[in-house]
Amino acid sequence: MSAGQIAIEAKGVTKIFQGGGHDAVRALDNVSLTIRENEFFTLLGPSGCGKTTLLRLIAGFEFPNEGEILLYGSDIAPLPPYRRPVNTVFQNYALFPHMTVEQNIGFGLEMLGKPKAEVAARVSDMLRLVRMEELRKRRTSQISGGQQQRVALARALAPSPKVLLLDEPLSALDYKLRKDMQIELKRLQHETGITFIFVTHDQEEALTMSDRIAVMSKGRILQTGSPRQIYDHPAERFVANFIGETNFLEGRVLGTKAGKADIELDAGAVISAGLPDGFVPAGRVTVVIRPEHATIIRDVKSGTIRATLDNIVYFGTDTHYHLKPSCGGDFIVRHQNRSAGEAGFERGMEVGLRFEDDAAQVLRD
Amino acid sequence: MPRAAEFATAAARRDIRDRWLLSAPALLIIFFAAIGPLFIVLLYSFMVKGDYGDVKFWQFTSDAWISVLFERDLFDDTVSFADAHLSVLWRSVKLSAATTLLCLVFGFPTAYFIATRPERQRDVWILLVTIPFWTNLLIRTFAVQELIRNEGIVNSFLQWIGLIDQPIQMMFTEFAVMVGMVYVFLPLMVLPIYASMEKLDFRLVEAGYDLYAGRLQVLRRVILPLVRPGIVAGSILVFIPALGAYVTPRLLGGGKSLMLGTLIELQFGQGRNWPLGAALSITLMAIVMAALLFYVRTVSRGGNRNG
Repeated sequence: MSAGQIAIEAKGVTKIFQGGGHDAVRALDNVSLTIRENEFFTLLGPSGCGKTTLLRLIAGFEFPNEGEILLYGSDIAPLPPYRRPVNTVFQNYALFPHMTVEQNIGFGLEMLGKPKAEVAARVSDMLRLVRMEELRKRRTSQISGGQQQRVALARALAPSPKVLLLDEPLSALDYKLRKDMQIELKRLQHETGITFIFVTHDQEEALTMSDRIAVMSKGRILQTGSPRQIYDHPAERFVANFIGETNFLEGRVLGTKAGKADIELDAGAVISAGLPDGFVPAGRVTVVIRPEHATIIRDVKSGTIRATLDNIVYFGTDTHYHLKPSCGGDFIVRHQNRSAGEAGFERGMEVGLRFEDDAAQVLRD
Repeated sequence: MPRAAEFATAAARRDIRDRWLLSAPALLIIFFAAIGPLFIVLLYSFMVKGDYGDVKFWQFTSDAWISVLFERDLFDDTVSFADAHLSVLWRSVKLSAATTLLCLVFGFPTAYFIATRPERQRDVWILLVTIPFWTNLLIRTFAVQELIRNEGIVNSFLQWIGLIDQPIQMMFTEFAVMVGMVYVFLPLMVLPIYASMEKLDFRLVEAGYDLYAGRLQVLRRVILPLVRPGIVAGSILVFIPALGAYVTPRLLGGGKSLMLGTLIELQFGQGRNWPLGAALSITLMAIVMAALLFYVRTVSRGGNRNG
């Protein structure tokens, strides 16, 4: 991803919702982030983490209590939603039920006062883009969920916004349709070249679609980075836990050099582990290792640590081995299945556990 | 499988029988309380009037219907056009339409206000709107009288602050009738609009703002089309009873601002002309139905154009 122009910049944004009585909710707590032009940027987190609130602040439906949001360098705080060159794809689409597909898509352009011919031409382009030409005269209640989704996209893209906001747009679709729409969304982003800000609680969706991800929890951004960085090098326990399956091992810091630390695991071995940016660990730490970044071997002695095979679960594409390391706790290893057949491991076996280089990552907390 | 088919037909037959049984009470009420009396009214309108009220049974004439619009000369029996009834009719339609419009102007913002309150507060507001219903219509109308009569609160206040020297004549004018009717019928406009508005998905309003529609455009292009059913229902609920209103025009309008309801009452009372009263009643019904048809059609056509 080339470092393009900055499209959206949030500086110390705080949003407090006044609840009933004196219990105020800090939906966003001093959030800062930078989103570049043409980026597919995802806000990922569990429900209630503040991701939708951040989106609504950018759209203009809410206003921050503190901090500012810049769109291409200028503060958008004074602009009401209908003056912001930003459009939203709503979670339940919010299509106008009293209008046809065509009228829905043309609504934004019409409100901008574009001439009729231009609106019609643009609507046709949009219908083609989302492959909905045959259904242009239908009411939005007469089309399926996936089709409504595409109309909602076309409606939001039609006025050529500088930034497109997507609020969990795929959550109402079934699995198969969601997969199709993920590909469709990537295609649309590629073809239109518009900056997408995508909100989701689905980590798989975030990993497959995004250029960069910001993981949020309790109104704060915990980590920002490419899907690979987030997945391979989670900086905090929450991030490691929220995205994918993870193994945690306890250990002690022996020394650090050049973004790496030597850790003496409780299980005995000394390994090298990556460090979060600007973090200097000391004393006891937790390291994470992804299940597919470790292998089990029959030869107990040449493994990094030793463990007992507790359970074997077959998943079709791969097999999960549940292990009990000698130092206690649990450890899961994922092996891809081969055509050669079973690997010949059995429950109760004593095995060696070996980690790939750079597999381990120290957590900040 | 003949057995399955038999079961299916038996079940279907049972279904139909149950349906008739369940709807029987409603059908009975509709027949005895609506269709039957209506038929009697229609019958009476074609009979000869009795000397002291009532009708002479089984003596048929179209006199009553002729006198709705015409006048029979006492001496030479010639029939000539008379606009006495027509002008009452026109005043009724005019005042009812104006009342409906005013109720809409006041009722729509009220309904919007209530629908946008937090859920727990809404019931309280609705309760407040319906409070006037708890009191007898007569009492409420007298209360309006107390407000607008020459020595009433409004005139006294205006005189006290020195804005006027002489009281403004408000009682026994069309204005008084309208004030009274708007006051009485306003809840009937607010409630159906509120019912539609409450179902309105306010995310659609946000979607409107998001797509560059300002406040007025969101109102016109998003909110109004979606609460149209409520507006139609409210207008019908106000217009129809306003057209046949009796107590309010009688007490506030007096003899000068006669409306259809009072006119009909006169025929059954002092006028002792039951057939004419019946004919006027049927005329009123015909007007209501025509107005309804016209209104519903224009409104739904408007919906297609805007929607």
